[in-house]
Amino acid sequence: CTKDLDRLPKNEITSEQVYANTAGYKQAFAKVYGAFALTGNQGPAGNGDIQGIDEGFSDFLRLYWKAQELPTEEAVIGWGDAGLPDFHNMNWGANNPFLQGLYYRCFYQITLANDFIRQSSDANLSSRGISGADADEIRRYRNEARFLRAYQYSVLMDLFGNVPFVTEADALGSVLPKQATRAELFTYVETELKELETLLADPKTNEYGRADKAAAWALLARNYLNAEVFTGTQRNTDAVTYSKKVIDAGFTLEPNYRNLMLADNQLNRNEFILTINYDGLSTQSYGGTTFLVHAAVVDNMDAKNDFGIPSGGWFGLRTTKSLVNLFPDADGNADKRAQFQKNTLEINDISKSSEGYGVRKFRNVTRTGAIAPSIDAGGTFVSVDFPIFRLAEQHLIYAEATLRGGTGGNQATALQYINALRTRAGAPTVSTINTDFILDERARELYWEGFRRTDLIRYNRFTEGSYLWPFKGGVKEGRGVESFRKLYPIPTSDLTANPNLKQNTGY
Amino acid sequence: RVTDATGKGVAGVTVSVNGTSAATTDENGAYTISAANGASLVFSSVGFERRELTVGEQTNVSVTLQTATANLGEVVVVGYGTQRRRDLTGSITTVTSKDFQKGVIPTPEQLIAGKVAGVQITSNGGAPGAGSTIRIRGGASLNASNDPLIVVDGVPLTAGGINGAANPLALINPNDIESMNVLKDASATAIYGSRASNGVIIITTKKGTSGKPQVSFNTQLSASENTRRVEVLNADQFRELVNARGNADQKALLGTANTNWQDQIYRTAFSQDNNLSVRGSLGRMPYRASVGFLNQDGVLKTGNMKRTSGSLSLSPRFFDEHLRVDINLKGAVTNNQFADQAAIGNAVTFDPTQPVTNGGKRYGGYFEWLLPGSGLPNLNAPRNPVGLLNQRDDKSTVQRSIGNAQFDYKFHFLPELRANVNLGYDISEGRGTVFVPDSAAAQYNRKGQNTEYKRGYVNTLFEAYLNYVKDLKNIDSRIDVMAGYSYQDFLTKYYNYADFNARGEKIPGSDPIFATDEPRYTLLSYYGRLNYGYKGRYLLTATVRRDGSSRFAEANRWGVFPSLALAWNVKDEAFLRNVAALSNLKFRVSYGVTGQQEGINYYDYISYYNLSGNTARYQLGNTFYNMYRPGGYYANRKWEETTTWNAGLDYGFLGNRISGTLDVYYRETNDLLNEISQSAGTNFSNRIVANVGSMINKGIEFTLNTTPVRTKEWSWDLNYNITLNKNEISQLTMAPSPSYVGNEYGGVAGGTGNTIQINSVNYPRGAFYTYQQVYNEAGKPIENLFVDRNKDGVINNSDRYQYKQADPQVFMGLSSNVGYRKWNAGFIARANFGNYVYNNLYSNLGRFSTVGGLPNILNNASVNILESGFTGGNVNQLLSDYYIQNASFLRMDNINLGYNVGKVLRTANLRLSATVMNAFVITKYKGLDPEISGGIDNNFYPRPRTYVLGVNLDF
Repeated sequence: CTKDLDRLPKNEITSEQVYANTAGYKQAFAKVYGAFALTGNQGPAGNGDIQGIDEGFSDFLRLYWKAQELPTEEAVIGWGDAGLPDFHNMNWGANNPFLQGLYYRCFYQITLANDFIRQSSDANLSSRGISGADADEIRRYRNEARFLRAYQYSVLMDLFGNVPFVTEADALGSVLPKQATRAELFTYVETELKELETLLADPKTNEYGRADKAAAWALLARNYLNAEVFTGTQRNTDAVTYSKKVIDAGFTLEPNYRNLMLADNQLNRNEFILTINYDGLSTQSYGGTTFLVHAAVVDNMDAKNDFGIPSGGWFGLRTTKSLVNLFPDADGNADKRAQFQKNTLEINDISKSSEGYGVRKFRNVTRTGAIAPSIDAGGTFVSVDFPIFRLAEQHLIYAEATLRGGTGGNQATALQYINALRTRAGAPTVSTINTDFILDERARELYWEGFRRTDLIRYNRFTEGSYLWPFKGGVKEGRGVESFRKLYPIPTSDLTANPNLKQNTGY
Repeated sequence: RVTDATGKGVAGVTVSVNGTSAATTDENGAYTISAANGASLVFSSVGFERRELTVGEQTNVSVTLQTATANLGEVVVVGYGTQRRRDLTGSITTVTSKDFQKGVIPTPEQLIAGKVAGVQITSNGGAPGAGSTIRIRGGASLNASNDPLIVVDGVPLTAGGINGAANPLALINPNDIESMNVLKDASATAIYGSRASNGVIIITTKKGTSGKPQVSFNTQLSASENTRRVEVLNADQFRELVNARGNADQKALLGTANTNWQDQIYRTAFSQDNNLSVRGSLGRMPYRASVGFLNQDGVLKTGNMKRTSGSLSLSPRFFDEHLRVDINLKGAVTNNQFADQAAIGNAVTFDPTQPVTNGGKRYGGYFEWLLPGSGLPNLNAPRNPVGLLNQRDDKSTVQRSIGNAQFDYKFHFLPELRANVNLGYDISEGRGTVFVPDSAAAQYNRKGQNTEYKRGYVNTLFEAYLNYVKDLKNIDSRIDVMAGYSYQDFLTKYYNYADFNARGEKIPGSDPIFATDEPRYTLLSYYGRLNYGYKGRYLLTATVRRDGSSRFAEANRWGVFPSLALAWNVKDEAFLRNVAALSNLKFRVSYGVTGQQEGINYYDYISYYNLSGNTARYQLGNTFYNMYRPGGYYANRKWEETTTWNAGLDYGFLGNRISGTLDVYYRETNDLLNEISQSAGTNFSNRIVANVGSMINKGIEFTLNTTPVRTKEWSWDLNYNITLNKNEISQLTMAPSPSYVGNEYGGVAGGTGNTIQINSVNYPRGAFYTYQQVYNEAGKPIENLFVDRNKDGVINNSDRYQYKQADPQVFMGLSSNVGYRKWNAGFIARANFGNYVYNNLYSNLGRFSTVGGLPNILNNASVNILESGFTGGNVNQLLSDYYIQNASFLRMDNINLGYNVGKVLRTANLRLSATVMNAFVITKYKGLDPEISGGIDNNFYPRPRTYVLGVNLDF
C-alpha cells in the first residue's frame, strides 16, 4: 500500500502537462505578464503570489507606485498601515513590509520569467514535439519574458541598487544567488535590451498589452537618462538616440490629456507603448489602478458619478502644495493637466483626508463620463490600464538628455517636443527650456505615474535639504534626510536567507 | 457491608435495586435492602467507582468499593488497548463522566476544562456550539498545529474544521461519553507517532451493560445572558466628546437618539438539551442506544444551533468470549443559524446618537451611513448592527458520523494471544447557504447575496494488531507485547459554486474553474509496544512507531518515533508494604520522540501549476487568459519532532483519601515546521514552510485529590491541579542570526498589516512586541512618546521590545463536591496567571481619529478615550505596551446543586439539578473577558452566564 503515499492534486498539474502544447505555453506566458497586474491567481484576492504582506497591497504597481511617489512632493497617504507612514517620514528600515513586498514581487516576476524562458528553450520545445510556427510563436513569448525580466531588473537597480542576480541558467533552489552591483545590473539590462531590440516585434505590431521593440527602446532611453545615478557615467547621447527611435516609430500624442487615465484608455494605443491591463470583471485586485482610483477619492469627491466606483472611495491619497504650485492655477484653466479637488491646500495632519488637494487624474469612467462598462457587481474594480511607457515621457527624455549635453539631437526639436505636450494640455508654449524647467514639466505631465523619486534623485533633490516639500521626512515644513536613502534597503529577510548579500550603505 | 480498599466500612453509599429502591450505608458501611433473586444491585458513592452485581440466593452481599481516583485495579484506555492503572508507566489522566463539568455543555472538550493538570481548554467565545482551543503542555509547535490528536473509540478524528460547523467536535454528543483519557508524556503518546506531539485525547463512549434494560432520560433547560458590555461612550458622553473635539461637519452628523447598540443585538438566550438512553443486554449482547436533541440559542440575536444525535453501541461476544466484537455508531445532524458576528464589532463602534431605524425606504428602514453624492452605503462606515443580524440568513446543515467495528479474537489454542482488527470511519459533510436581501446595506451594490457552499470529509481507518500477554510465574514477570499496522486515509471534497445575488442573477466571473477539488492524504504506520513487569513492582514500557505520510517527498516520508519508560511501584516494596498510611507510591520516568505534520499543505513538496480563476485573468490582445502559475515548493520538508522527558510520581495516603500525581517535563521540538523566507529568486514563493528552529516547553504538574469528609450523611471531595509551563523559543534560523528579531504576527485592528506579537529567540511564543509607553507624572500616558530603547535618537521599529506573553505561565483548577443525604453541591473553578491580553478595543477605539477620522461618518469610542484623551493618527501608538493588560483571572466555571428525590412513579428514580455556568470572573483585566485565546481582544463573542435546571429520570 505504500504507493498510496504518492498522492496527486486533482486540479493542479505538472510542468510537463502545462507545457505540452502552445495553448498551455500561452497561459503560462500570460502569468508572466499578469503578475504585473494581479496579486495572485484568484481575483480579487485569496490565492496570493507574495507572502508576508496583505495580499491587496502586494501587486507590482501599487507597491512600485508607493515607493516612487509617497516619499516625494507628489503624494501623501493618510493611512496607518504598518510601514506605510515610513515613506513620507523617510525613516524606512530593512523590515519595512512594503519594501519587502516590492522586492519580492520584482523577484517573483523574474523567477516566473526565468521559469518560462527555461521551459521554452529550443531544447524543451523540440523534446515536447513543438516545431514550426508554434515554436516560432513561443520563441516570441520567450523574448518578451526576457524583456519583462530586464524591466524588473531595471526597477530593482533603480530602487534597491545591488541585488541578487538569477537567470534561467540557475536551476531553482540549487545555489544561493550572488549579489550584482548596480553597475553590473545596468550593463546586463543594456545588453539584454540591445539583443532584444532585434528580436521583439516591430513597434505597434504586437498584441495589446505585449512588449515590442519600442518598449525596449523606451526602457533603454529611460535607463540611459539615469545612467549617471546608476553607474557614475552619463549616457545622455544614448538617451537621445533611443528616445528618438521611439518618437519616430509612429506613436502620436493622444489629443486630450484628460483621456489618458480613464476606463477606456485602451483606445490610447497611439500614445501608449506598453500597458498593464486591468479589467473590472476579469482582472480584479485591490492593487493597480483600482488602488489609484479608490485611494484618491477623498472628501467632497463623488465616487460613483465622477470616479466610476459606486462602492466608494478609500480616503487615502492627496498631494502637496509643491505639486499644485507648479501649475498656473489649480482648476486647470491654464493647463488641463491640473486636475485637483480643492479641499485644504495646507496639510497639518497627514492622516486627515481633507488636508491636501485631491487628485482626479485616474478615474474609472469612459470619455463620455459613463461608469466603466466592465465593472464587478460590487462596483469596486476598475478598468483603467496603466501605461508603463508612453510617448510623452520620451519627449521629456529627449529634451532633458539634449539639455544635459547629449548629442544627436537638437534643442529646437527638444523645444518642439515639450511644446507639443503643453499644447495638448492647453498650456501656453514656451520659448526656452532648461533642465530645471524639465523637472517641473515632468511633474506636470507625469505626476502620479511612478516617476518622481527617480527624477528627484537624478536632480539631487530627493534627500538632504536643497529641496523641501510639506512633510518631507515627516515634518510639516519638510526636512532634509540622509543621502543614503536614495537607495532602499535590501530586506532583512533576504539577508538572513542569503549570506551572499550585503546591505546597502546606511542601513 | 460496603468497605473500601483498606477494609474499612464506607458510609453514605447509595445502594439501589435495578436502579429503583435505594438504601444508604451506615457508619460501618452496613446496609439492608430487599432484592429478588437475579436483581441487579448498584453501589454508588461520590469518590468511589460505581459497582454493580447480580444478587443470587445469598442474604449477605458485601462489596469493596475502589476509590475513583488513582484506582489501582482500574483499567485505563491507552493507545491500542487497555492497561491496568498499576502497570502504567506514562502520564495519563482519566476523567470519567461523573467528574465532568456540569450544565448544558454542547461540546465534549469542555467536559474536562479545569479538570486535568497540563491541559488548557479555552472556549473560543460564547456562540452556540463554539469550539475551544485545546493545549496540552503548551503545545509543541510554533506555526504548524498545536491541537492534540483526538481518538474516539479507536478512530483518530479528522483534524481541522468542517465547513458550516462552528466546531466539529460539537457533532459528538457529550452525553454519550463515558470517559476522556488525556495522554501527556511520550511514553503514553508515542504509540501515535507522528500525530502525538501535542498530546492525545482518547474519548470512550458509553457501552451496554449486562442485565435488564435501564432507561435514562434527562432534560436541561437553560437561560443565558451576558453579564457585561464592552465599555463604550453612551450617547450623551459621545455628544459631549464630538462637540468638544470635532469640527463643524462632525458636529452636524450627531443625531438625537440614545441607542445602546449592544443592548440591541444581545438577548437572553434559552436552550434545551434532552437525552434519552437505553442500555442493557439483548440476549448475551450488551447494547446501548441513545438519542439526543439540543436546541441552543445564542445570546447574539438570530443565532441558533439544533443538534439531533444518536448513538448505538453493540458488544456481542462469540465463542465463549473468545471473539469480542464492539460496534460503535454515532451520528449527528446539526442545523445552524449563524448570526452575523460582524454585528458585535459594529455595535461597539456604531454612533450611539443614531436611531436603529429611521423609516427610510431603502436598506430595510435601518439607519445607515451613506455616501453624500450617490446615497449608496458608505463602505468605510460600520453597518447598522441590527440590520446585519436581521438582514442575513446564514444557515448550514452539518452531518457527521463516526463509527467503528472492532474485532478482538483470543486464540483458542493460545489464549494469551489476541488479534485485534479495527475498521473505522469519520465521515462528515457541511453545506450551507447565505442569503442577504438586495435591500441590505451590507451587500447593496451587488444586489444582495445568495450563495451556497458544501464540503465533505471521508476519513477511513484500518488497523490490526496482535497482542500477547503472559505471566511468567517462574521468573515473576509479566510481559505484554503488541505489534500492529494502521492505514488511515483522509479525503476532503470541496464543491465549488458560482456566486449569485439575491435576485438570483449570477455574479459575473464567479463560475468556478473546477467544480470540485479533492485534496487527500494518507498515513501508513507500523507500531509496537512492549510492557514488561518484574515482581509487579518494576515496570518497563517501550514503544515504537514508524509513520509514512503522503505529505512529504519520498526521501523524507518515513519517520520513526520511539519511547521508553520505567516505573517503580515503591509501595509494594517490603519496607513500605506495611506502612498503612501510605496507600500508593509509584515513580515514573519516560523519554520519547513524537512527530507532528498537521498544518502543512498536502502536495507542495514539488511544484505544481495552478490555473487562475475567472476574475484573475490577464488580457493580451483581445483575449483574457486564465493563467498557469508554478507553485512554491519545498522538497526537503520533514516531520517536526518533539523529544519529551518526563518524571513523575503517583501517591496515595489514607486509603487514597489523599492522592494525586506530580510530574515534571521537558519537551524540545526540533525541525519546527516554520514559515521562512526563501532566498529571492530561488523559489516560486518568497516564504515557505521548512524545518527550521527549536522550541522548549518545560513544566510542573501537580494534582491533589482528597476526600476530607466521609460519614454516613456527609461526603466531601476536593480536587486541585496546578500547572507551571514555561515556553521558550531556542532557535529560529538555520544559523544563528543576531540581526534577525523574529517573525511578527498577530494582526490587530487599526491599519492593515500591523502586528503586535513576535516569535523571537529566547522569548516565549506569542510575546507581545511593543513600544514602551512614557507616562507623565500623574501616570497618564503621553501620546506618541516612547522610550528610545536603542538610544539612537529616533523612535522607529528598532525600539520595539518583547513584553509579556499571551499564554499563562501558571494555571490551575479546583473542584469540590459536597454530598449530604440526598443533596449534593459542587463547583469547578479555574485560574490563569501570567497571561496578558492586548486590548485592541482600547488601542483602536480609544482615540479621536477613529471617531472622526473619515468624512461623513462618526464612530463611537472606547471609554479609554476619556482616560487617555488620545488623538490618534500615529500608528506607533497602536503598538504601545500601554495596551498590554494583565489578564490573570479566576473563573467560577460551574456551581451546581443536585437533589435526589428518589423513587417516583413506582419504578423511576428522579434527580433534580440546578447549575450556574460561568458564574463569575475575578480579574484586573479591563476588557470584556480576560480569557482570550491568542491574546488579542477584539470583537469577542461574549461568554454568557448560564442558569440551568435539569431533571433526570432513571427507570
